[in-house]
Amino acid sequence: MSDHLNALPLWAAILIAALLVLGSSLTLIGTLGLVQLKSFFDRLHAPTLGTSWGTAATVLASMLMFSLLGGRTVIHELLIGVFVMITTPATLMLLGRAALHRDRAKEFPASEGGPKEDDHRERLPRDEV
Amino acid sequence: MSGTILLIAITYAQLALAAATCLASLRALHGPRAQDRVLGLDTLYVCAMLLLLVTGMRTNHVYFFEGALVIAVLGFVATVSLAKFLMRGEVIE
Repeated sequence: MSDHLNALPLWAAILIAALLVLGSSLTLIGTLGLVQLKSFFDRLHAPTLGTSWGTAATVLASMLMFSLLGGRTVIHELLIGVFVMITTPATLMLLGRAALHRDRAKEFPASEGGPKEDDHRERLPRDEV
Repeated sequence: MSGTILLIAITYAQLALAAATCLASLRALHGPRAQDRVLGLDTLYVCAMLLLLVTGMRTNHVYFFEGALVIAVLGFVATVSLAKFLMRGEVIE
């Protein structure tokens, strides 16, 4: 099963192994933070460890390995890396704004339920007080 | 020699990513509020994607890469639509 692993030169094996260990350890630390941290806005930051260098190191290791095995440059793993790095800030920012909105709705429960225009008009004097 | 080093590293990476997947699903199962569950689900998607990449390196198949790509795209769409649902109460207005 590991015949293709033995075909790699030693320096490449050490480099790929270091990248793999770095990426998976960072992802594990990120999810540990996701479980351990106290408030939601703290926890929002923890998994980005896995989506930044966790993904980048794993993708780099995969690219290096398949390039050396195939004897040509294999860069289609870059697709995953670039996609994850671009989309993670957008999704987490949307999620953070949704959580803020829910917190405010919990704080002013009278503004929930109605149409948005009435909602806005109702809440303005309340916010000024 | 290089096969042994790589096998140890890939096994460690698979174990660590499996543990990360378990921790993320723990947060998704009993997050105190809905946004915690969505965040745990997003992390679960990323960890499963990395696990598929590492498994593809171990078995030297190209199909794992395509599965990882599909998981990445679906995870993005799922998290964005769930965040919109949490904010507005509906997905398509």
